[in-house]
Amino acid sequence: MQVYDLPDARGYFGPYGGVFVAETLMQALEELKLAYEHFRFDPEFQAEYTNDLKHYVGRASPVYFAKRWSEQLGGARIYLKREDLNHTGAHKINNTIGQALLAKRMGKKRVIAETGAGQHGVASATVAARMGMECVVYMGSEDVKRQSPNVFRMKMLGATVVPVESGSKTLKDALNEAMRDWVTNVDSTFYIIGTVAGPHPYPMMVRDFQSVIGHEAMAQMPALTGRQPDAIIACVGGGSNAMGIFYPYLGLEEVRLIGVEAAGLGLASGKHAAPLNAGTPGVLHGNRTYLMQDENGQIIETHSISAGLDYPGVGPEHAWLKDSGRAEYVAVTDQEALEAFHDLCRFEGIIPALESSHALAYAAKIAPSMQRDQILLVNLSGRGDKDINTVASLSGISL
Amino acid sequence: MSRIATCFAQLKQQNKKALIPFFTAGDPAPALTVPMMHAMVAAGADIIELGVPFSDPMADGPTIQRSSERALANHVGLKDILAMVKQFRQDNSATPVVLMGYANPIEAMGYEKFATQAQAAGVDGVLTVDYPPEECTAFLECLTKHDLDPIFLLAPTSVNARVAAVARAARGFVYYVSLKGVTGSANLDLTAVQARLAELRQQISLPLGVGFGIRDGAMAKAMSQFADAVVIGSRIVQEIENASPETVVARVESLVKSIRTAMDS
Ligand SMILES: Cc1ncc(COP(=O)(O)O)c(C=O)c1O
Repeated sequence: MQVYDLPDARGYFGPYGGVFVAETLMQALEELKLAYEHFRFDPEFQAEYTNDLKHYVGRASPVYFAKRWSEQLGGARIYLKREDLNHTGAHKINNTIGQALLAKRMGKKRVIAETGAGQHGVASATVAARMGMECVVYMGSEDVKRQSPNVFRMKMLGATVVPVESGSKTLKDALNEAMRDWVTNVDSTFYIIGTVAGPHPYPMMVRDFQSVIGHEAMAQMPALTGRQPDAIIACVGGGSNAMGIFYPYLGLEEVRLIGVEAAGLGLASGKHAAPLNAGTPGVLHGNRTYLMQDENGQIIETHSISAGLDYPGVGPEHAWLKDSGRAEYVAVTDQEALEAFHDLCRFEGIIPALESSHALAYAAKIAPSMQRDQILLVNLSGRGDKDINTVASLSGISL
Repeated sequence: MSRIATCFAQLKQQNKKALIPFFTAGDPAPALTVPMMHAMVAAGADIIELGVPFSDPMADGPTIQRSSERALANHVGLKDILAMVKQFRQDNSATPVVLMGYANPIEAMGYEKFATQAQAAGVDGVLTVDYPPEECTAFLECLTKHDLDPIFLLAPTSVNARVAAVARAARGFVYYVSLKGVTGSANLDLTAVQARLAELRQQISLPLGVGFGIRDGAMAKAMSQFADAVVIGSRIVQEIENASPETVVARVESLVKSIRTAMDS
């Protein structure tokens, strides 16, 4: 692959990306683009961001060798990039800190966010509390039910959580509602998008803020193992934790990059959330990308055990990495993810998020057929405390 | 001359302003869409804006969201809507029809196929909420080739450079969104709209329509003092939502008629 300098000035990664929004938001996005272009190379901004990541989030996050689990699987050695150890329990905070610092510099006093699993909502409520900003989080009413611990956390942090009743009542509908809020309050409000989707500059900006994950791993892996991993595996909802760990590695061709989508009840069942595996390109939420849609271009309902992966689109840069062949995209089912969830609990004493369990499940699938000197690095994007209700009810236990 | 241009030229001669009612095709029932269009024309509508339902109507408030959901529950897609326009044209060859919707149904059909079939059906203009001028160059070429007018939105937030981009790309008329918000909002500021339209006319020579938040005849009348066209959407959709299938066409007809009367008074 040649030197990689995407997106272009109009926000395109090949044919994907762009700014497909209603006129009312065009100027706000232009202002955001200019502000970000200015501050992304501003030493003072970078210093504040880096300082917050260190002292507030607790970065760098460690890389941990999952020795017992690797031995049990009997093949490649599996290392985990421990984003679950970040403050608030997931990678999402890397991005919300960056966007909130930008919001502050742009003079915005109110932030809004969409959330699926609630991790991005919690991370947004957290930075808003710390900076004294008003925070409103939109969340599909279906997700409000299945991620109730996170709803309560957001409220404790002072945010207003608005359950969204339209459409499929999940992440995509929360995004629609956040966009509607932004159109209405565009002067006062900064929209903190939680993944590498949305209109330009969001996919680029969120990727940049999350790429701290990959930059750390690049230094940590040689220190721990003497070399870079053979493959990096990350789950893909909108794709921010995957983009964050992939991005610094794009130029290292010998490292396989594997994104894992949610196959739900199986790709053949149609009940899944795997647009890169089973979707087609289209336009949604401000960008052109792979989507799950019917023949009339209507977005179809997705299914995943994990709220954070239950999204019919995917960041445009992943669409480009798929077409260009630099990254591979696979899918694992609810059942496979659940097994990996339980295995990590029991073999390593780590309760992973159900989202991250998809990446773990794919590692478990390929590790046994690999050599013992081969290395897999899995992005453990978050911890699973928020998922205990879901897992308990699947096991027939009421908490 | 296109149907839209002819329509505005005739209204100008009569010293009248265009009344543009909006409703979603297929709501409340696919069989009622064409009768509803004819009833609107009978009540004094000059142009009909026909909504193409989309699963994720990001720029719409709750009223039009629900109407999209009802239309989709009736399995109405872009192909069906083109067939409805074709049927409308069998009895009406004068009233312009503008399709209003979102990009993805058009992306799914393909630009060329859509433009060919829309022209054949008798569509006159296409307003795609999430295609700003800079993102739809290829689509615009297809529309132009098939004599379809691209209608664009301008907003209170549009700076001069954006107005210029719309002025270059638009044909038919330009639709000024009268407030920061989604369809059906209620914080319209008449004086601000008036001042803004005067500014826009320095850059735009096409007729200027105003919509979003116009809810009754008095408001339509006030707007029509300085706009060339008035678009009424959520209020009509609300009437559709509250009527029974038996009475819906008559109720919408009398609503449109009352607005027409107020505008012309
Ligand atoms: C722990 C965790 N991992 C992954 C995701 C999926 O998002 P993305 O694909 O943007 O990383 C989420 C989203 O809520 C999450 O909470």
